[in-house]
Amino acid sequence: MLRLRWTILPVAVVLLLLSFPELNDSRSLLILLTKIFIYAVFAMSYDLLLGYTGIVSFGHAMFFGIGAYSVGIGMDVWKNSLGTLLLSVLIGVVAAAVVSYFVGILSLRLKSHFYAMLTLAFSGLFVVAAEKMRSVTNGADGFPFAVPEFFMDRTNFYYISFVFMIVVFLLLRRFTRSPVGKVLQAIRENEQRTQSLGYEVVHYKIIASVVAGVAAALSGSMYAITLRFVNTTVFTMDITIMALLMTIIGGVGTLYGGIIGAALIEYAHELLTSLAKVHPIFERWIIFFGLLYIIVVMIFPMGIVGTIKRWQTHRKAAALGKREGLPW
Amino acid sequence: METRDLTVVFGGHAAVNGVDLTVPRNHFQSIIGPNGAGKTTLFNLISGQLRPSKGSILFKGTDITRLSPPLRTRMGMGRSFQITNVFPNLTVLENVRLAVQSRSGVRYNFFSALSRFDWMREEAFSLLETVMLDKKSDSPAKSLAHGEQRKLEIAMLLALKSDLLLFDEPTAGISVEEVPAILDVIRRIKAEGGRTILLIEHKMEMVLDLSDSVTVLFNGKFLANGSPKEIMDNELVQSAYLGGHYDDAS
Repeated sequence: MLRLRWTILPVAVVLLLLSFPELNDSRSLLILLTKIFIYAVFAMSYDLLLGYTGIVSFGHAMFFGIGAYSVGIGMDVWKNSLGTLLLSVLIGVVAAAVVSYFVGILSLRLKSHFYAMLTLAFSGLFVVAAEKMRSVTNGADGFPFAVPEFFMDRTNFYYISFVFMIVVFLLLRRFTRSPVGKVLQAIRENEQRTQSLGYEVVHYKIIASVVAGVAAALSGSMYAITLRFVNTTVFTMDITIMALLMTIIGGVGTLYGGIIGAALIEYAHELLTSLAKVHPIFERWIIFFGLLYIIVVMIFPMGIVGTIKRWQTHRKAAALGKREGLPW
Repeated sequence: METRDLTVVFGGHAAVNGVDLTVPRNHFQSIIGPNGAGKTTLFNLISGQLRPSKGSILFKGTDITRLSPPLRTRMGMGRSFQITNVFPNLTVLENVRLAVQSRSGVRYNFFSALSRFDWMREEAFSLLETVMLDKKSDSPAKSLAHGEQRKLEIAMLLALKSDLLLFDEPTAGISVEEVPAILDVIRRIKAEGGRTILLIEHKMEMVLDLSDSVTVLFNGKFLANGSPKEIMDNELVQSAYLGGHYDDAS
């Protein structure tokens, strides 16, 4: 019964979201959901590192930014067409793969907190580069660019982002459930033991970092396409913090968690900013995020999805226990 | 397996000092010695967790002194740890399955579903039967009792099908009732044959019962080597253990 309910729920949500543009004509809600889909991919990519492999990165924004800037620059320099758009997304993916590979090689041999600091430094480098290469990036102000007509339609782009999220989710799920995915979890659990089983831990960390970097670049590209504008904020620490909050609140080590965390954070963000009319304190929505974060960590230390999963296993265990207690 | 003049120095203190150890193939050799004699350090050197300050290690005739731990594992060396060392939040079966996966060389497959590797599950399950943990295969490893976790470790070790097994106090910290079960498992491994086994253990009756030969370490140095009986009769060994007026192993 329980299991059935848990498979029906996602299917129902998917159907609801697919028919959403038909049922609702609120433009702002459509944009909000589009953003949630895009951030969900970013959060899932971060969760590959944090939740599956146990790597803490403070520089995940650099991949998001690489994706965003490659689309921005590509569309700015080349003629506006579907082909050039796809090509610039592809360039972003390749660049992110190369950068994540080198960052991985250079730093994944380090102990956790040193790695975190080094990623912070690397992403700082990208902020500086984006600011200084004014001729290409127009500095901190950023620049607008055109995308094909089809992508400018909000409903179309809603569907594109939705399908994008589902596809990335399915691919990442496949990845996390593959033999390599299992080794990543083993590394999170006990790095030394994983080594002594004969796995070369650094190789696996690099794989995780490249896959996460590529997924993050894709979400960055999508983000730039919705805004049709890019500036240096895409490289900042705020973006990384957002991914961190989304994964922790949603639940680390579960891909669903990233999606739920993204939905919650983006919705809360929207809600709090709209409350700014009521009282100016709501403009400082980040304060409320802090509170939300504290509450979540206290009540659901394993995140929302993690806590639900735990309830499930407890209930299952309780049911089993009862059966074993019976005379037969 | 052979070590030559193996030495490691921690801040001026030689924890293992010039040890020459030769373990013939398919031999069951125990290493004993008082606390702090350098037994576990010696294991860490052999399995690659530590790099020696001096000396070399040979395995199957090749020099492996500079090889990383995972590469040594792939050459056929498996070790258990003195402190229980499993994947706490993964299931018991998954713990063993990861070892089977490593041994069978499925290393960088990142896109196949695990269901394609059902035989791994089956093999892992039959190993759990060997160590009598099959009934707990779906529980997380952290929920096991201490002795059961040790047995789980042995199952993981067996899954690697190593030619050389390093057991670091497999019965450390487990209750008296659980010791015979572990002993049983080790005896079974020995009876199967085809493996070289190095065992660190404090329980003398176990050492005497299982070993082909016994090496004694004292203060990081090689003290004696011989058949269990010879070692029991050795005066140096007795004084080392009794702590008499013994200053230097050389």
